[in-house]
Amino acid sequence: MKKFSNIPFKGTPEQEAQLRDWLRQNRDMQGVAMPALQKAQEIYGYLPIEVQQIVADELDIPMSELYGISTFYAQFSLSPKGEKDISVCLGTACYVKGAGAIMDELSKELGIEADECTPDGKFSLSACRCIGACGLAPVITVNGEVYGRLVPEDIPGIIAKYRD
Amino acid sequence: MKSIEELNALRRASRKLVALRDGITGTETYKYHIMVCGGTGCTSSNSEKLIELLKAEVEAHGMQDIVKVVRTGCFGLCALGRIMIVYPEGVFYSRVEPEHIHEIFEGHIVGGNPVKKYVYSETLDEDGNVKPLTETDFYRKQVRVVLRNCGVIDPESLEEYVARDGYQALAKCLSEYTPAQVVSIVSQSGLRGRGGAGFPTGKKWSFVADGPKKYIVCNADEGDPGAFMDRSVLEGDPHCIIEAMAIAGYAVGADQGYVYVRAEYPIAVHRLRVAIDEARREGLLGRHILGSDFSFDLDIRLGAGAFVCGEETALMTSIEGKRGEPRTRPPFPAVKGLFGCPTAENNVETLANIPQIILRGADWFAEMGTEKSKGTKVFALGGKINHTGLVEIPMGTTLNEIVNEIGGGVPNGKKFKAAQTGGPSGGCIPASLIDTQVDYDNLISIGCMMGSGGLIIMDEDTCMVDMAKFFLEFTVDESCGKCTPCRVGVRRLLEKLDKITEGKGTLEDLDELEYLCNYIKQNSLCGLGQTAPNPVLATLRFFRDEYLAHIVNKKCPAGVCKALLSYTIDKDKCIGCGLCAKNCPAEAIVRTDYTAPGHKLASFEILSEKCVKCGVCMDNCKKIKAISKR
Amino acid sequence: MKNVNLKINGIPVSVPEGSTILEAARLAGIEIPTLCYMKDSNEIGACRICVVEATGTRGLVTACVYPVSEGMEVQTNTEKVRNARKTTLELILSTHRKDCLSCLRSTNCELHKLCHDYGVDENKFSGFNPKYKIDESTPYLVRDNTKCILCRRCVAACKEQHVSVIGPTDRGMETSIGPHFRKALLDTPCIACGQCTVVCPTGALVEKDDTDKVWKALSDPTKTVIVQTAPSVRAALGECFGMPIGTNVEGKMVAALRRLGFDKVFDTDFGADLTIVEEAHELLERIKSNSVLPMITSCSPGWVRFAEFYYPDMLNHISTCKSPMQMTGAVIKTYYAEKYGIDPGTIINVAVMPCTAKKFEITRDNMDASGYRDTDIVITTRELSRMIRRAGLMFTNLPDEDFDDPLGQDTGAAAIFGATGGVMEAALRTANDWLSGGEGEPIDFSALRGTAPIKEAQVNLGGKTIKVAVASGAKAAKEVMDKIHSGEADWTFVEIMGCPGGCVNGGGQPIQPQYVRDTTDIKALRAKALYDMDEASTIRKSHLSPVVKTLYEEYYKGSYGCKRAHHDLHTTYVARKKYM
Repeated sequence: MKKFSNIPFKGTPEQEAQLRDWLRQNRDMQGVAMPALQKAQEIYGYLPIEVQQIVADELDIPMSELYGISTFYAQFSLSPKGEKDISVCLGTACYVKGAGAIMDELSKELGIEADECTPDGKFSLSACRCIGACGLAPVITVNGEVYGRLVPEDIPGIIAKYRD
Repeated sequence: MKSIEELNALRRASRKLVALRDGITGTETYKYHIMVCGGTGCTSSNSEKLIELLKAEVEAHGMQDIVKVVRTGCFGLCALGRIMIVYPEGVFYSRVEPEHIHEIFEGHIVGGNPVKKYVYSETLDEDGNVKPLTETDFYRKQVRVVLRNCGVIDPESLEEYVARDGYQALAKCLSEYTPAQVVSIVSQSGLRGRGGAGFPTGKKWSFVADGPKKYIVCNADEGDPGAFMDRSVLEGDPHCIIEAMAIAGYAVGADQGYVYVRAEYPIAVHRLRVAIDEARREGLLGRHILGSDFSFDLDIRLGAGAFVCGEETALMTSIEGKRGEPRTRPPFPAVKGLFGCPTAENNVETLANIPQIILRGADWFAEMGTEKSKGTKVFALGGKINHTGLVEIPMGTTLNEIVNEIGGGVPNGKKFKAAQTGGPSGGCIPASLIDTQVDYDNLISIGCMMGSGGLIIMDEDTCMVDMAKFFLEFTVDESCGKCTPCRVGVRRLLEKLDKITEGKGTLEDLDELEYLCNYIKQNSLCGLGQTAPNPVLATLRFFRDEYLAHIVNKKCPAGVCKALLSYTIDKDKCIGCGLCAKNCPAEAIVRTDYTAPGHKLASFEILSEKCVKCGVCMDNCKKIKAISKR
Repeated sequence: MKNVNLKINGIPVSVPEGSTILEAARLAGIEIPTLCYMKDSNEIGACRICVVEATGTRGLVTACVYPVSEGMEVQTNTEKVRNARKTTLELILSTHRKDCLSCLRSTNCELHKLCHDYGVDENKFSGFNPKYKIDESTPYLVRDNTKCILCRRCVAACKEQHVSVIGPTDRGMETSIGPHFRKALLDTPCIACGQCTVVCPTGALVEKDDTDKVWKALSDPTKTVIVQTAPSVRAALGECFGMPIGTNVEGKMVAALRRLGFDKVFDTDFGADLTIVEEAHELLERIKSNSVLPMITSCSPGWVRFAEFYYPDMLNHISTCKSPMQMTGAVIKTYYAEKYGIDPGTIINVAVMPCTAKKFEITRDNMDASGYRDTDIVITTRELSRMIRRAGLMFTNLPDEDFDDPLGQDTGAAAIFGATGGVMEAALRTANDWLSGGEGEPIDFSALRGTAPIKEAQVNLGGKTIKVAVASGAKAAKEVMDKIHSGEADWTFVEIMGCPGGCVNGGGQPIQPQYVRDTTDIKALRAKALYDMDEASTIRKSHLSPVVKTLYEEYYKGSYGCKRAHHDLHTTYVARKKYM
């Protein structure tokens, strides 16, 4: 089940205005719910109940339906991401080359499981499907920056780089 | 552009932009074209930095009129990234580091001599002379139809696409063929869907029913782990897909298309967006294309991380903005598809063939390949193979050629064990069948599947039971949860495999495993569920002995399944350094009172009842190699 | 339409083109099991229990959605088919909490029946299952995902009601049905209609069982326990005892209630008549004073809740009259208690209703005319049937008995309250007489009868023509409300019921298996029983009910809508936020 945190919502009026504007402009788009949630996540970084309510409100879509969509697709997140979001590719190529051990090492190093965020909000960890950098397997990304051809021993160094 | 004449004029004017890369010199001002791979692989390792540095060099030398730096799509040899090719010679630089740029620029561009130490070793002959990439093992057997523009043009330049005959096929359709003729040409070519199942494309188009509104959908939700050919096409040649979709629209009478792309492909999405905007601006999308009565426009919809959306009905449900759950067929999408309207859905690689088929004719295409599988197929080679990357080969090429010639064989002197095709829906080809000619029907006849083209090579260190388990875990994760056989059945299947890999399996479990596999195949709602048991069935077929080893002997022959492993220290090799014991998290390693001849310190031993099989000791004994696992 | 010829198990059948294998099989007299299928509203082919073999297809196909074709040969009972269905059931069972003996649906569970038919090994498969909490947050129903088989019939029913507070969430093995963000049902704009409980094939969605409260009251010697039964209960209760759909069991029902030990057995029909005079009076007042029109009926608590959530700005359209149940309850604890010298504090009012929303209605504010709750306990038709069984009463053998006086008298007008259009018809009968100053010209009510979701008519009331509309089911309610809101409609009076077809099809009514629901118009059959009662009654207009007349003479000073009547018989509404 998709995890959602109880971290208080910190959305700003500007974010809300931006989302509502987009929703009003695109209300008539066919199949708008998905793009709307993608836009909302782009603005807020995740899709807490407060944000989904704005979408439900503007598009007149039941909350259960939006929640159903947001929990169906792996990329929708109900928890805020850490300042540094670490993603481990578990595609076949990476798996074959030891991505599992990399994940274990990260988990150990950060003290959190996949799909969790450290209590200080600094790091979040997740697994992802093949990002296509199979030539670099195994790879992780930290806020989109790719680290490839890794062995578990590389992990502490990479984390340390982002700690401060 | 309002007419075909205008398109032709642009083509003539643009030829000189790319001529140098086709070996034609003297038509333009730039003496050098430096092509830097801007595909996802190379971008991941920051090839942008190379472009930045190259541009700075050009600037510094005042060579703006002599050197052109081009960001291209993927060249295919991802394992060698960052990649750079310099024309007119076609010198192939691999694993280029930012620190190399200055040296290469000074030596090659300013000095006129390729800097050989950074040139890919296989493009150097015995005398150290640089030879073209096309003469390497990796490229020699390739035939580039789908990938013809990848790595050759700037994907964000409409001119460069047009210069290489871009939009000529669309123009030809609009001016010379009726929609029915287009369908018939595609049918005659023998082109089959490259998304996995291999359904004849012409037939699919001919099934599209009448209706006031119809759609073309391009399936770019490439989800098989390890497959990235569609992404490479979108990144390297986005206009080709736009052109092909417009042709499809013309052929079936649709005026709207959607490209459904994985959101994990930001570069592909960006380039496609740029291309669509430019095509629209130039009148190649929109109302009255090239002055004809045909109108067609395109929108992009992003996936959000659901493998099942690669299934055509699920994909359409997703475009409709809902949970991407598949729908029962019939009604087929050709009759009742997107938003309830007749829809033709094709995958990226399939579409990428279309313009060439129109331009060069159905016969040209049908000459390539085997009797029932025409043309080429792009494979993403991955796993335990030297040349990881993307290759396009004629249908019917043998697995042996792919692995040992094109792929450069298995690294580290290990033995080739099997090739996995078709990802989680596919099966595996064992070493004994390495001479299989790879095409749709041959693969099906050995219980395999072409799939979208991921080809994962496995060596002797791969446990086939574990491999099947890996794919089942994937399917369990990605099952949409709608139908019972897939939602519950595949999970129960995985649990049985777990039991086997933990050494708790029985021979009855093996029978039940097979029964459940066949049940799931026959009873699931969509292709994802129907093919989910394939990795198990295929490994059972070719590697039953490995299953039996896990069940009867409680051993994992490849030494992968943790629960069945035991670590031992060779007491005669052990030098007694104690590194293993110091690092053991379970305090499972103790000193014995035996000192091997020639050593000063007593050797260690592992207490099997305490050992958690983490393998740390073995890592710590890399130099001495006294610890082994079995 | 063209017909298609095919063979099912060798039997030739000819069916209209476009029919499914399931429909063709039913015509051929062959039953194919279904679980997820609901005709028109849930044709998703998800559960895979209806698989059959058919020529020209690969593997097995789902009969529920697969179209027939000319010359097709279908096999519904081969070893392959039987094994597949059995395995599907066994896989479902591996995810199902099997407390079958104590489950409320024990004797009419569709899954249970199939497992029995197919001789499954209930523990063939076992393994990981997600953990779920049972949702008992509402006073009206219980959601237990550990028994859910993910057929999604409830989702379709909720969507049909245009409410969609529950839907599929997450995916794969973790797919579950529920509200957004795993909220309790109480925190959603659920209208309490209970339609989900009627369609659930298992015990995953059931009414909240209040029978123990009733048993406790009945065994308390200090309490006067009075029961009332809604019009449509008697048209359906017999189904729980194997009687044909649409059997009127009023007499046996009264006999059973008396034998259960209720001190008085009253009829909600009395309250229905009372509602009509108060409501007709309110309507005429609104017309006279140019007040908010159209006026909309307020009998259905599901509808009222729907309006409060989805049309909070339009609540002034809704009649302030309490529902017949609450009017009856109020009168019992005021007029009746006073007249017979009973302390209302010792009265326990039990209502037997076709409805789950009634369980919520009794908790509303301003439902305490006597200072005590108007109604104390609501049980549904289904719960009553369980009480009858537990008491060991052989229902079909009971004699017919009459309701108690004085609140057991009714008119034909009250009887038809249970069918969509009934309240409208009853109200118009009375208003017509009043406006005509005597017996008015008979009105042709045919346009207001039948089970269509929306019905409209123009009627002549004592020389004045007004437009009226009748809607049943929340989806139809939405359509009607949107038309009122936009000004597109100029109705004077509108009847709205929360459930499709009205109370006869309420969320508390007996559960018929889906294949019966697919092939029988249950609402029409039950409604017919009510219209037959109306036909057979001597008094067919509410204002002519002797007991209503006596009540106004003795208690409300001969005046409809007087202050006391207003205090006892009217209520208020609250605008509710859909999401907190």
